[in-house]
Amino acid sequence: MILAAAAPASPADAWLERAPLLLRDALTGWLPDALRPWVAALLSIATILGVFGLLFAYMTLAERKILGRIQNRPGPNRTGPFGLLQPFADAIKALTKEDIVPRAADQVLHFLAPVVLVALSLIGLAVIPFGRNLVAVELEASVLYFFAAGAATELSIFMAGWASRNKYSLLAAMRALAQLISYEVPLLLSMVPVVVVAGSLSTTGIVAAQGGWAAGVWPHWHALTPWGFSAFGVFMVAALAESNRSPFDLPEAESELIAGHLTEYSGFKYALFFMAEYLGMAALSAMGVTLFLGGWQAPLAVLEFIPSYVWFGMKLLLLLLGFIWIRATFPRLRIDQLTRLSWKFLVPLALVNLVNGGLWAVTSDWTGAAGVARWVVSALLVVVPFVVLGRSLTAGYGPRTYRYASP
Amino acid sequence: MTLLLAILALVCLVPAVAAVLVRNLIHSALLFVLAWLGLAAFYLAVGAEFIAFAHALVYVGGVSMVVLFAVLLTRPGRESALPAPSAQRALGGLVAVSLVASMLGSSIFWTRLPSVEPTPPVPLRRLGELLAGPYLVALLLVGLILTVALIGGLLLAAPRRPSEGGDA
Amino acid sequence: MLGKGLLQGLAVTAKNLVGSYHDPARYVTQEYPEVQPKLPEAYRNFPFLVSETADDPMGTLRCVACQICEKECPPQCIYIEKSKDKKPDATGKAQIYPAVFAIDTAVCMSCQICVEVCPFDAIKMDQEFAIAATDRFGGLLLNREQLAKPNAYYHQIHPTEAAEVDERLAAERRAAEEKARLAAAAKAAAPKPAVPAAAAAAAPGAARPAPAGSTAPAASAPVDPVPPPAPRPPSP
Repeated sequence: MILAAAAPASPADAWLERAPLLLRDALTGWLPDALRPWVAALLSIATILGVFGLLFAYMTLAERKILGRIQNRPGPNRTGPFGLLQPFADAIKALTKEDIVPRAADQVLHFLAPVVLVALSLIGLAVIPFGRNLVAVELEASVLYFFAAGAATELSIFMAGWASRNKYSLLAAMRALAQLISYEVPLLLSMVPVVVVAGSLSTTGIVAAQGGWAAGVWPHWHALTPWGFSAFGVFMVAALAESNRSPFDLPEAESELIAGHLTEYSGFKYALFFMAEYLGMAALSAMGVTLFLGGWQAPLAVLEFIPSYVWFGMKLLLLLLGFIWIRATFPRLRIDQLTRLSWKFLVPLALVNLVNGGLWAVTSDWTGAAGVARWVVSALLVVVPFVVLGRSLTAGYGPRTYRYASP
Repeated sequence: MTLLLAILALVCLVPAVAAVLVRNLIHSALLFVLAWLGLAAFYLAVGAEFIAFAHALVYVGGVSMVVLFAVLLTRPGRESALPAPSAQRALGGLVAVSLVASMLGSSIFWTRLPSVEPTPPVPLRRLGELLAGPYLVALLLVGLILTVALIGGLLLAAPRRPSEGGDA
Repeated sequence: MLGKGLLQGLAVTAKNLVGSYHDPARYVTQEYPEVQPKLPEAYRNFPFLVSETADDPMGTLRCVACQICEKECPPQCIYIEKSKDKKPDATGKAQIYPAVFAIDTAVCMSCQICVEVCPFDAIKMDQEFAIAATDRFGGLLLNREQLAKPNAYYHQIHPTEAAEVDERLAAERRAAEEKARLAAAAKAAAPKPAVPAAAAAAAPGAARPAPAGSTAPAASAPVDPVPPPAPRPPSP
């Protein structure tokens, strides 16, 4: 009781919750009014660069550690305690390596590709609400902005592949294009029902629409509704493909294309590609959190004392861990399997889901028995297409029979 | 504002002109992407946020890919096409210059330029209501045309039956 | 249903991830420089020369510089120079010894042919694999001082094989002793029966059995002079 009385009236007023804003005000308060928004904008840019730069550095380490553990080995553990200094050692190595540009390469595009890629991977982060009031740029159509920024990343992969004047790189460029065309469609289609249901194209509006709890315990997150769960699945699969992560890493498929578009890159440019991959992955995961996992909302009302940005970070890390886990588990798809999966499975699923989301939006005022019926219909609209489409996708790919070896 | 628009116009026009002039098709396509981005920036500058992002998404994300794909798949064996005979080139240049001149002239002399006072941007919700209300038929027609085009493309690309000697 | 196999796969990797923290069977890595590998007994790497004792390796080399291994070596990585003089070996018998015995481990292909052709069991395969050197010519060219290792070490790395070898050598020595004794007895019996005592006294001294790893019987043997430096000494 004393605790409850001492707690602030609203979680938004808690000191920790407002700490970033207070810090910003303390840093910019002494400036003249005209300069203040500019400095604040610069500060948020610097924060995003710093936080996501560090996240990138430690994601590489975490990925190597987790992959190692999954493969029964320790992973990097020599540089610093538990290998914690490994990212910096890698950075120094990348910086001091010779930068080689093939003589036949298209010099301008070869240089431009990694730069453009990193820039495009970064600008999407501007519209992500990392916490209550923690969004760098408020836009009315910020979801659209995010996907417009993300769509161009494959273009730079194409530039890298084509400019290297190397047959493996060119193959990678073609694959990157095919992959993008295939997976941009389900990515966007899976996000549309969210916009329909939330009634907003802005990320902050979508997060606000996911606040509150049904019956006090079930958060109104989109991923916790039948249509949202399906959309979340499609979104994450398409996000895997968009960020060129295993099992969709066809553009850089080491075992087939040496390193694909990375073949002719070395030194820091190579590191930039690496950085862009992780930044793109983090940005798409952040978008997934925003669209489907309630953004910075706490899962339970009693847990709201933990600041919103911590919740966001935890959800983000969870999704990134999922990316690593998937990479450790699944083998790479073939290019025909890749496009097949998209056009014959994900796109129809997302289209059905669009109807499902529309129904959900129309029936938002149903309660009681009608509310239950709404859930049942929505769930059926997810499960039935999944089973039917899944059956047609796997038709002819029966369980593998071993003629000469026992499995 | 005028200065900004001038810079944006430059960002739009220079890559567009360069795209026509360069002989490398890939460079040309990438320059087009730059021009499209400039156009998106234009929309952004006049407050049409939604149009700007949709434009960037569709053109930079989608159309450019299709263009590049087409270029890569249909490129002739040689790096660049042979230069056309000079008479043809002169003729082509003449036609192009007169066309551009007449278009520019007509638009400059006969178009009443709108006032430069910035109009308040249409809110996104209002845009949606307009599209789903008065312009619904037009929207559906556009959708229909695109669907027909898609089906036509599929029919063209569909594998022929083996009896017709297709490679399916 | 679609996705079942995917979930099974994810479960397998998750089990490995969690298991690597508590289950030794799921964490098989040995961290090499700290944890030295436990090599299998049959592991072999580069040859070494067997000496009977550890405290006088040069004096008790089994090698008699017969040069068979040098001739047989497929990549020709062995270089031997015979000594001009003879010195008593471990058994006290005067033998030629290798004045220079060098193996270029940069060339050696670990085929073990030298071991198989050696009639004296003087060259055996070592298990030492960390032979990296900063100088690829001198550093990898091992001279006889570096190559010589005592029989006890041989027992340590290849116990079964070494026991076999020792048994065989002992048997050979016993046979030689027996033969010498018989010859001496025959000699004593036939022309001059006057000096059997001298022959009997000399015989055991000449063919004294020398069990492997025993202390040097060559205490009475002259201390061999410092060998001349090898033609291509290793760089410091």
